[in-house]
Amino acid sequence: MLTNFPLLSLVIWLPIIGGIGVLLNGDNNPWARPLSLLIAVITLVASLGLYTGFDTATYQMQFVEHASWIAAYNINYSLGIDGFSMPLIILTAFSTVIVVVAGWEVIQHRVSQYMAAFLIMEGLMIAVFSSLDAILFYVFFEAMLIPLFLVIGIWGGPNRVYATIKFFLYTFFGSVFLLLALLYLHHVTDSFSILDYQQAALSMQQQTWLFLAFLIAFAVKVPMWPVHTWLPDAHVEAPTGGSVILAAITLKIGGYGLIRFALPIAPDASMALDWLVIGLSLIAVVYIGFVALAQSDLKKLIAYSSIAHMGFVTLGLFIVFRIFANSATGSGAVLAVEGAMIQMISHGFIAAAMFLCVGVLYDRMHTREISAYGGVINTMPKFAGFAVFFAMANAGLPGTSGFVGEFMVILAAFQANFWFAFLAATTLILGAAYTLWMIKRVIFGEVANDNVAQLTDINRREFLMLASLAAIVLIMGLWPAPIIDVMHSSVEHLLTQISQSKI
Amino acid sequence: MNQTLLLTIALAPLLGSIIAGLFGQQVGKTWSHRAATYGVGIAFVLSVWVLKLVAIDGETYNQQIYQWLQAGSLSLEVGFMVDALTAMMMVVVTFVSLMVHIYTIGYMHDDDGYARFFSYISLFTFSMLMLVMANNFMQLFFGWEAVGLVSYLLIGFWYKKPTAIYANLKAFLVNRVGDFGFLLGIAGVLMYAGSLDYIEVFAQAPAMSEKTITLFAGHEWSVMSLICILLFIGAMGKSAQVPLHVWLPDSMEGPTPISALIHAATMVTAGIFMVTRMSPLFEFSETALSFVLVIGAITALFMGFLGLIQNDIKRVIAYSTLSQLGYMTVALGASAYAAGVFHLMTHAFFKALLFLGAGSVIIAMHHQQDIRKMGGLKKYMPITYWTALIGSLALIGFPGLAGFFSKDSIIEAVHASQIAGSGFAYFAVVSGVFITALYSFRLFFLVFHGKERFDTHSGHLPHESPAVVTVPLILLAIPSVISGYLISSMVFGDFFGNAIVVHANHDVLAHHAESYHGVMGFILHGLTALPFWLAMAGVATAYYLYILRPELPGKLQQRFNWLYRVLDNKYGFDDFNQKVFAGGSLMIGRLFWTVGDQKLIDGALVNGTAKTIGWVSKVIRHVQSGYLYHYAFAMIVGLWLLLTYFVV
Repeated sequence: MLTNFPLLSLVIWLPIIGGIGVLLNGDNNPWARPLSLLIAVITLVASLGLYTGFDTATYQMQFVEHASWIAAYNINYSLGIDGFSMPLIILTAFSTVIVVVAGWEVIQHRVSQYMAAFLIMEGLMIAVFSSLDAILFYVFFEAMLIPLFLVIGIWGGPNRVYATIKFFLYTFFGSVFLLLALLYLHHVTDSFSILDYQQAALSMQQQTWLFLAFLIAFAVKVPMWPVHTWLPDAHVEAPTGGSVILAAITLKIGGYGLIRFALPIAPDASMALDWLVIGLSLIAVVYIGFVALAQSDLKKLIAYSSIAHMGFVTLGLFIVFRIFANSATGSGAVLAVEGAMIQMISHGFIAAAMFLCVGVLYDRMHTREISAYGGVINTMPKFAGFAVFFAMANAGLPGTSGFVGEFMVILAAFQANFWFAFLAATTLILGAAYTLWMIKRVIFGEVANDNVAQLTDINRREFLMLASLAAIVLIMGLWPAPIIDVMHSSVEHLLTQISQSKI
Repeated sequence: MNQTLLLTIALAPLLGSIIAGLFGQQVGKTWSHRAATYGVGIAFVLSVWVLKLVAIDGETYNQQIYQWLQAGSLSLEVGFMVDALTAMMMVVVTFVSLMVHIYTIGYMHDDDGYARFFSYISLFTFSMLMLVMANNFMQLFFGWEAVGLVSYLLIGFWYKKPTAIYANLKAFLVNRVGDFGFLLGIAGVLMYAGSLDYIEVFAQAPAMSEKTITLFAGHEWSVMSLICILLFIGAMGKSAQVPLHVWLPDSMEGPTPISALIHAATMVTAGIFMVTRMSPLFEFSETALSFVLVIGAITALFMGFLGLIQNDIKRVIAYSTLSQLGYMTVALGASAYAAGVFHLMTHAFFKALLFLGAGSVIIAMHHQQDIRKMGGLKKYMPITYWTALIGSLALIGFPGLAGFFSKDSIIEAVHASQIAGSGFAYFAVVSGVFITALYSFRLFFLVFHGKERFDTHSGHLPHESPAVVTVPLILLAIPSVISGYLISSMVFGDFFGNAIVVHANHDVLAHHAESYHGVMGFILHGLTALPFWLAMAGVATAYYLYILRPELPGKLQQRFNWLYRVLDNKYGFDDFNQKVFAGGSLMIGRLFWTVGDQKLIDGALVNGTAKTIGWVSKVIRHVQSGYLYHYAFAMIVGLWLLLTYFVV
């Protein structure tokens, strides 16, 4: 009986409808917070059903739902997940719970609108990850941005208008190409099914244009150098919850898009142009690593660190062609793609935690300038413990989830080209340098000033929030197998798809 | 030997660490140190049992504990491998750690971070055990980085001290430079051996040694040389070899017990252990062995010089550690792995002893660490004095004490070595003996003999430390004397069995084994050999300069001021790193950010686009003037154009 239960629809529409409910209840309603939390928790619990009920043996789409939406154009409400999307959906559901908890006391202004925005965004993001219809995907892909703009525009910092417009222009610029590519593919296949798109036979020229369109659309999201400059601005202006979602989920849609569209639809072009993506990824790791070192604003530093970490995702996805060329066994390629996936998931937790840590400080001191801090450990020892832990995770210390993806991608990169691995591995030094230098300046030392002297340590709510993230980061680092195992079939399938020429 | 036994050894210290670290406040000080100490104590007792199983019963162990992850046909696992090398390391690590735990009860008694400190040192013991017990490269890297983390936390233990938090960041980053090479080396192993499991990789070594890789167009490199040098770069970071040695002297900012445990006896020897473990790979690359040999020789000699002019009691011993690590590395380069790890073991005992002795002195001096302000402590601190004497004699290689056997076997091995650089290395290790004796006894005489130069205004005379401090000193003094007699089985016997692989054409120890006729013969031979007389000359020089003519060193310093300046600047490594690497990176970062991101991407592309659009719309806006005749005119022109297009 449960096999036909529309679980995906539930985790999409429950938070959306629930969010609208919270919104309609009005701002002075004392139930806005608990109700939002309840919805977020139920969604998370329901999303775990996707993990427990997941069949790891098949690459086929699971939890499939299909209904006609706009029959005249053969546009369908078609949902389904595989090993790529399922972990990202759970990550989304988890992050939303964290965001609701994080905003509990801090947001005093238009509470229900704030909570509703995040709940609705949750549903839309889950829908992006589970859409199997191109138009459905596109609609959710665009719709998802609206709550995010509102969150930054309403609850953001002083320069929020500039940041929002920059963010909007950048992503809209990318979306135009996405829409064109999707419509063109419809023209070729006479279908809007993404799976049909993946089957389409395309010439090299067609593939090249499609690939570039997808690359532009998703590179903005990842974000890849040089279309990354919206991210630091958006993060700096966004409220903590906005930063968490931005870092944890929104960026992942870029990586997911490359996996779902660019690679399987245009494998030959992906192979021909892999140097481009690899080059940009390595620039992201090295160049952005240096840029992060020079930051004096906590959030900017973490934003740049995010870009560098996402460089490993795109690197892992696009070195596979060269690994195939260099070795007979495909295990290096599996390592690369699974490393990229793990890096996305892990970054979702670690970056979220880092932004929450900044949020904890910002709520107390109302500044993000590193130089305004110093010696925080003296007044906030528990917080300092978490901050150092997450910093180490961000620096890719083994035993934390931050290590797993980087390790896998570096191991694989060596099999593509020694110098790829060489440049990628500089993150060991750069990542540690910018993260731990920041920790030294903010956390350690004598109490720097009176404001730091008056800080109070994290309360129970903040403790729970950080502790749950720390537990996940640790468990994923010590035993990543359960998460990686769900991807195997899908990864193998993707590798089969991209190793077969369509020309 | 079974899994439960080994898991207990590894996890007992972890449990102690968790109790002291997370529940330190609830259980209180006493139970914090008990939990940690019992945990390590259990690990020590069981490690001795494991050593017995390996050495006497001839057992070995190699099993998976759990699968970390699987990707394609590659399985990464957490598992234990115990052979003679591992068992020896386990005993050394847990023994020194246990001594340090007991010592800490006294040393850190009044510190606010008491429970935190115990938590860290137990966590260190766990990490170090995971490192030495690993049966694969992945877990080795885990342990490798984990000990680095604990080292970071412990150097910065007194987080209010600016020097401490500078030193711990420096230590972590320099180690990361080493790990950068190490990780690439591991990636190379995976690519060419197809596995990260030790046994499988070692089985592939002959095949790997025939492969080449092109790094720069037109130049073929031996894969094995590349991999071994990359792996050794990791060892250079952890075992503080030139030029990655710069973090170790600064690490003395941490509390003394951890200087003994981590930065002398165990963690810094991880690199030596690792290369020994990888001997089946290194044996295939004489290039890599030469590289190892030369780096080790430079470290052994030039770091010894720096010990001569330091005035901080801990820094003198720290430079001594650097120099001794150089000796061990030289042994590895000469393929005398057994001699290298033998020196690792004896050094662990006597250097931990010297550091803990220094700590005892520091307590007596109320945290004064400048040896110029000590002197004459012999009569106040007899136990510390005698144990320090044993430690110092062991360090300089006095015949019959532990260091003599290990150091002499290294020197003899290098003497017999044929690989490139062995001539220089032999010179370095032999002259190093004189330097070692000179700085060791300079320290010894300045601290324990001569005039009392310490401040007695407060009316308190120095006194011997309590039993929790002196008992570990005595317990460490014992192996500092007797552990050398294991030479018969460890260096010239077959104690290590298959754990160490040496190719016949490099086997310098076998060469010596032929002329080895027992411990007494070795000692007698030592008494007539050059190193012994160099060591005695060093002691005599120290006695002359610092007891008989104490005004001379100052004059020499003025006379050879340029030399003193070079040594005082530590050859300029720190300044260079600070300016070029730290300053340079920051400058590059700022440049990329302000020019790349802000000017080019944001200024020219993003806002440029916005400005262009703004400009275009400003122009276009004039078209929508609101005047009817403008629109009418446009319509007529448009109509005319369309008509022309369609008609013509």
